[in-house]
Amino acid sequence: MAMNSSGRRTAPVSASNDETHTVSGSRGLLQREDLIFEFGSTKETGVDLPEPGGKPDRLGGVSRSRDVELPGLSEPETVRHYVRLSQRNYAIDLGLFPLGSCTMKHNPRLNERMARLPGFADVHPMQPQSTAQGALELIDQLASWLTTLTGMPAVAMSPKAGAHGELCGMLAIRKALEARGELDTRRRVLVPASAHGTNPATAIQCGFTVDEIGADARGRVDMAELREKLTDGADVAGIMLTNPNTCGLFETDIREIADLIHDAGGYFYCDGANFNAIMGRVRPGDLGIDAMHINLHKTFSTPHGGGGPGSGPTVLSEALAPFTPVPFIVRDEDGTFHLVEEDREEAEQSFGRMTAFHGQMGMFVRALSYMLSHGADGLKQAAEDAVLNANYIQARLKSVMTPAFDGYCMHEALFSDAFAADDIETIDIAKALIDEGYHPMTMYFPLVVHGAMLIEPTETESKAELDRFCEALESVAQRAASGDPSMKAAPMLAPIRRLDETRAARKPILKWTPPEPEAIAAE
Amino acid sequence: MAVKYTEDHEWISVDGDVGTVGITKYAAEQLGDVVFVETPDSGSTYKKGDDMAVVESVKAASDVYAPVSGEITEGNPALAETPETVNEDPEGTGWFCKIKLSDAGELESLMDEAAYKSFCEGL
Repeated sequence: MAMNSSGRRTAPVSASNDETHTVSGSRGLLQREDLIFEFGSTKETGVDLPEPGGKPDRLGGVSRSRDVELPGLSEPETVRHYVRLSQRNYAIDLGLFPLGSCTMKHNPRLNERMARLPGFADVHPMQPQSTAQGALELIDQLASWLTTLTGMPAVAMSPKAGAHGELCGMLAIRKALEARGELDTRRRVLVPASAHGTNPATAIQCGFTVDEIGADARGRVDMAELREKLTDGADVAGIMLTNPNTCGLFETDIREIADLIHDAGGYFYCDGANFNAIMGRVRPGDLGIDAMHINLHKTFSTPHGGGGPGSGPTVLSEALAPFTPVPFIVRDEDGTFHLVEEDREEAEQSFGRMTAFHGQMGMFVRALSYMLSHGADGLKQAAEDAVLNANYIQARLKSVMTPAFDGYCMHEALFSDAFAADDIETIDIAKALIDEGYHPMTMYFPLVVHGAMLIEPTETESKAELDRFCEALESVAQRAASGDPSMKAAPMLAPIRRLDETRAARKPILKWTPPEPEAIAAE
Repeated sequence: MAVKYTEDHEWISVDGDVGTVGITKYAAEQLGDVVFVETPDSGSTYKKGDDMAVVESVKAASDVYAPVSGEITEGNPALAETPETVNEDPEGTGWFCKIKLSDAGELESLMDEAAYKSFCEGL
């Protein structure tokens, strides 16, 4: 076994091999699945079309000289391949998804039904506006819910996901600075150490430089450091902050942070990824925020991960509203809606256009369906229950795991690896949790906590399900504390065992290559 | 030839007016298996504290800061193909780059080996 300089193994331990082998390679009803290239044949096809005849070759000299050699399968083989793969996937429809910072909540089926109504599902972005009034009204209504929930006057609906929303907010800030004639002098964006990685990336993408602010012992923005960084703040464009932050904590000094940044002449961008914890309770507009994206695919239950496109509408304050990107929707006096498509006249100061069309229509329908079925009081309760669930997990596990910070958390519970024996690392705990039938929590993030484990149960889970999850994690945590060496080989029971992530990262194989002809002959 | 250390776990070993820079054994252990290193280009200049290189492990991607100001004379070409050198010999063959110091006085503010050792013990 190769060791690195710290004596840590560079490859995973292979478990003692006491398994029962099968001839087929399947295990029980969990069937063996090879790569499609390995069992498909280039000679077969699932469709049987007659050779076209009598047509002149119009490709000239560029027609293909040899076969593409894609694997071919019959229709039932194709269906089985993908159904088997889908059965190995872990999904929110299979079980609790504790990934922190991701808000993996249940996607109500009602939303799916609404999004499939033909009038919404079949709408085309280029059809005449007079024939899509219902769709435009829906976007306008959703926009109105978002501005009401956030206490902000304007919203850009077109951003396609969280980081795209960040880009929208920062481009609005950039345009506002340009309008003030200060774009050349205000270059610095403050970003806390615990920020989502996309925050500094967005600032750089917009041409700013990033100045990092440390966290204090409470896991919140170090106010002394912030004040120091703002003492000569004439070059500050703004701050990008997440609230609740990525430690799952509410930034209690947020009003003061807003005042400090505004006094220095900068703008306040808030990453709204964690809005699920505060919707209906706190309006970001009241906190002095100038721009914030909202992940419809987190807070408002539209599918995400492998399940569907994100959507990141971005709310803007009075100061930034004039710079809203096109297109946006205006309601005319006669009750009809029209899209403002050009950055002139009604949108003279707009910073421009971010997307070809108007945003993720299917996600808009799902989000509004979620809002209308919950009502204002229901949304507030969802936020409260999300916080309650996370605190339940923190309270139940704190005797066996180490909470990263004292006190109550918001929507996610953060633990460090301090409770684990020296040999056991966070990744071993995550892998052991797979054997217990759960997707692992977010690990090694945020970076400010050693061996971080971030758990966000969301409001979706019942107390009974939380208890089952806690029991599983408790037992894993106890094994970690006692230094159980078998955890190094986990997962033992998953279809694929522990992968050598180091080797995969150092020597990635990104392309399937056919086996050498000799190898085939030898078989 | 004394080796100096920063609070961000870089080391610099100065010979004449050129310093060899890398990350410490402590940093390499904390990062875990290093899978990718981006070293700075020769001729580029950095101020003390600037992001100078990137080191990525199975756990995290981290910036490496310039311990002193100066001009890069050489990046370690071996790290592109064998990033594991950083784990195997962080304070030797796993060096990141060589930098021509523009202000040798900046070395004064860095820690010596004993000070760095007690700094790590306090973490």
